[in-house]
Amino acid sequence: MSKRSIAQVLVGIDGNTVLFGARKIKTKLITEMHKHGLSEQVQVIETGSIGPANQGVIIGVYPAGEMYGNITEEEVVEFVQERFVKGRPYKKLLLSEKLPAGIDLTAYDSRKTQYLGRIVLDNCGKINPEDIEEYIGMRGYEALGIILKEKTSEEVIKIVRDSGLKGRGGAGFPTGLKWSFTAKVKDTPKYVICNADEGEPGTFKDRLIMEGDPHKVLEGMAICGYAIGANTGYIYIRGEYQLSIQRLEKAIKDAEKLGLLGENIFGTDFDFQVKIKIGAGSYVCGEETALLTSMEGFRGEPRFKPPFPAESGFLAKPTNINNVETFANIAPIILNGAEWFKKLGTESSSGTKVYTVLGHIKRSGLIEVPMGVTLREIIYDYAGGMSSGNFKMTQIGGTAGNLLSSEFLDVPLDFQSLKEVGYSLGSGAVLIMNETVSVVDFIKCCMKFFVHESCGKCTPCREGTRYAYEILDKISLGKGKADDIESLKLLGESMKDSSFCPFGQSAPNSLLNSLSLFPEEYNNLLIK
Amino acid sequence: MKNLEELKKIRDRVRKDLELRTGKHRIKIVVCLGTCGIAAGARETMNTLIDLIAKKDTPDTIVTTAGCAGFCQQEPMIQLYIEDKEPVVYGKVDQKAAEEIFEKHILKGEIVEKYLFSKGK
Ligand SMILES: Cc1cc2nc3c(=O)[nH]c(=O)nc-3n(C[C@H](O)[C@H](O)[C@H](O)COP(=O)(O)O)c2cc1C
Ligand code: FES
Repeated sequence: MSKRSIAQVLVGIDGNTVLFGARKIKTKLITEMHKHGLSEQVQVIETGSIGPANQGVIIGVYPAGEMYGNITEEEVVEFVQERFVKGRPYKKLLLSEKLPAGIDLTAYDSRKTQYLGRIVLDNCGKINPEDIEEYIGMRGYEALGIILKEKTSEEVIKIVRDSGLKGRGGAGFPTGLKWSFTAKVKDTPKYVICNADEGEPGTFKDRLIMEGDPHKVLEGMAICGYAIGANTGYIYIRGEYQLSIQRLEKAIKDAEKLGLLGENIFGTDFDFQVKIKIGAGSYVCGEETALLTSMEGFRGEPRFKPPFPAESGFLAKPTNINNVETFANIAPIILNGAEWFKKLGTESSSGTKVYTVLGHIKRSGLIEVPMGVTLREIIYDYAGGMSSGNFKMTQIGGTAGNLLSSEFLDVPLDFQSLKEVGYSLGSGAVLIMNETVSVVDFIKCCMKFFVHESCGKCTPCREGTRYAYEILDKISLGKGKADDIESLKLLGESMKDSSFCPFGQSAPNSLLNSLSLFPEEYNNLLIK
Repeated sequence: MKNLEELKKIRDRVRKDLELRTGKHRIKIVVCLGTCGIAAGARETMNTLIDLIAKKDTPDTIVTTAGCAGFCQQEPMIQLYIEDKEPVVYGKVDQKAAEEIFEKHILKGEIVEKYLFSKGK
């Protein structure tokens, strides 16, 4: 019987914290524990993102549930001395948030704590993402084992469908329905693709999911493969996501070694292998048809739909494409049932949503909250309120998303409620801005992004973004005239109506919102 | 991996290690590890408890530490939190006492009056 440690220190190692020296801090912690003869009692473990994003290196202490931020290598000495030799919290760096230990999904009604109710991020910041056994310890791969033994592919699709899960990549298409389309097609081979391109500015949830719990994504993909009859999966991931790529590669290898991926999974005749395809960092390649073109080795330009990928996708074969977060919801749904999932969230949108919250707020970072939580709750309950100034506006869903003013603070964030006010939920980025931000400058900045990223295939988007940027630039420099506003509106509307793909159709979203919500900001800058 | 049973075997083995992080423990022993506690032998008390947890295979029990509670003459002190029960504080818990408390209170639920310091909040 091995001796059990009495405490575990988790070092959040993700793309951000690595830059702050997280790995060195982990090594230093181990050295210090050793120096005090605490190596057996206190385990130092690597994990994915723990949550907060603007607090340097984050470490967590279990079972106390304490979270510390901004820790430096020098400070580790004192930290270990205080926290583990003397045994009291190290107040200097203690954060007000608590770690996610032991909070169950049942506590739906009191939405006040940050970590309540996690499905997707349940293991993030808790397990070592590079240790497959820790994932298994959290019931990992059990869902896959169960369906292979006990369920037909139709039954799996039915569970996903009944759960009401909708795609988390932006468009919110019902996942079960999408799977059933590909399942129906006779042609083989079929493919499962995980869209991990995540090019939307301000969105980094997929990265943190892959860095924190890569096996959950793989398991979701394998379950999808079984359901639709595919034996190969691809993860299309952006090249900048080095740590995600490394961890996914290791995860795939480890799963293959245990026979959880590869041939004859769980001793059945189901084979499923996962490969990684690295993207070159073009925003439009996140759009599913451009993604396919890019995967096939061509310039990443969108294709016309129909045919939809379900019929003719990768290499013109039936293909099911889902977002990382969508796949991460699958295993928990299989394990806990469709009804359980439906109880979370709202009627139109079951489950939770992972957001990356940024801007003028006290605590930026990653949160997972039930669908239907309002913007006000996100800002004041989860993000700790405004860091300075008063709330002015927020952009949800990234640069291609919508701009909201204070009137929208109490609209529940879910697919249906936002649709009713003419908006969409988008990718999960929530950018909060105070009154110091100029609307015109902000929109100009967004438009610059689209000018740069337009693939150039169609005229409305290639030329429209450029003209819109020029007009915005002119206005921002105080050289605009009244008819420029009209031109912006016309341009925006035309791009929305006539662009070839959703890139150009969504590029003017925030621009048009800003013109109707903050007309005075434009007018004040015009030549009188 | 040939079947679900093999997977569950790994799961159950690893679970114990994850127990600290899932918060699903039922019993929490807090050892006061202030300077006074350490001088009185709290570290040895704690090690005894950790060994007992491993030996008796009681993964739902965890040990954590706290600073001085202000009753230095009672050290080593331990606080015992058991789900749905009033917390109990024991004083002068040396290794022998720790074994007795573990045997009687943690495994059988009987309070050991001999070392009892206080009960309730
Ligand atoms: C310009 C553009 C960029 C997109 N970028 C992404 C992306 O980075 N990741 C993603 O999952 N979906 C992205 N999408 C949405 C995908 O086209 C697709 O709807 C999604 O991957 C489907 O997965 P889901 O059903 O799980 O949401 C983008 C769409 C557009 C128009
Ligand atoms: S090709 Fe996508 S909008 Fe032009």
